[in-house]
Amino acid sequence: MIGEINSNLDIAMLVVFALVSLAILTALYRVFKGPTLGDRVVAVDLLGVLAVGFMALYSLVTGESVYLDAAIALALIAFLGTVAFARYYEIDNRRRKARNPGPGASP
Amino acid sequence: MTTSTGHPILDIIVVALALTGAFFMIVASVGVLRLPDLLLRMHAATKAGALGTGLVLVAVAVYFGEVGMTTRALAGVAFLILTAPVAAHVIGRASYASGVKLWKETRRDELAEYYSTHSPTLVPGSEVRQDPS
Repeated sequence: MIGEINSNLDIAMLVVFALVSLAILTALYRVFKGPTLGDRVVAVDLLGVLAVGFMALYSLVTGESVYLDAAIALALIAFLGTVAFARYYEIDNRRRKARNPGPGASP
Repeated sequence: MTTSTGHPILDIIVVALALTGAFFMIVASVGVLRLPDLLLRMHAATKAGALGTGLVLVAVAVYFGEVGMTTRALAGVAFLILTAPVAAHVIGRASYASGVKLWKETRRDELAEYYSTHSPTLVPGSEVRQDPS
């Protein structure tokens, strides 16, 4: 299992895991930094995609098929979350504009 | 861990695919970190991110080499290719409608003439060019 290194390929897979972890941390930094809500959602969407890749890699090194199923389910959930957020953002924005239209708003 | 398919060439293919995928994942997240505005970040996140994860899933498909797992991994790739553009589109649309600031060196904003600047609410169909007649 994970923890003991048996071949050069194991070292290569560890490098791959390090790279993916670095990518996830970088995306996480953008989630915290913002500056707008849309930036955070883009970063969370990327986090979801990267997590799918991470789980697929984990199923590769352990040989368990369960993690791949979980990865596909996570891809579905992340996509639905992104679409749901975008709808909410658009409707909320439309309501806010309707409440206090800016100068020169179209009639 | 014992990462091996039992065939040296297949092993090399798997590792090469996984390393390329990890490289594109890094490219995607560095793009999200460094690019100047939301639409450019979205462009990096969706294309490079989907390519990276897709390559990793293809590596999993090659590694297992049995019908069940390969089908699942390739179904994951297909799902990713189908959903990444849709997610990018809805985020970009909602963000543009909320009046997100574009990069200061943006040359053309082709949507600007279809939406009012001060009330950028998206009306369905308003982006379709109207015939002047």
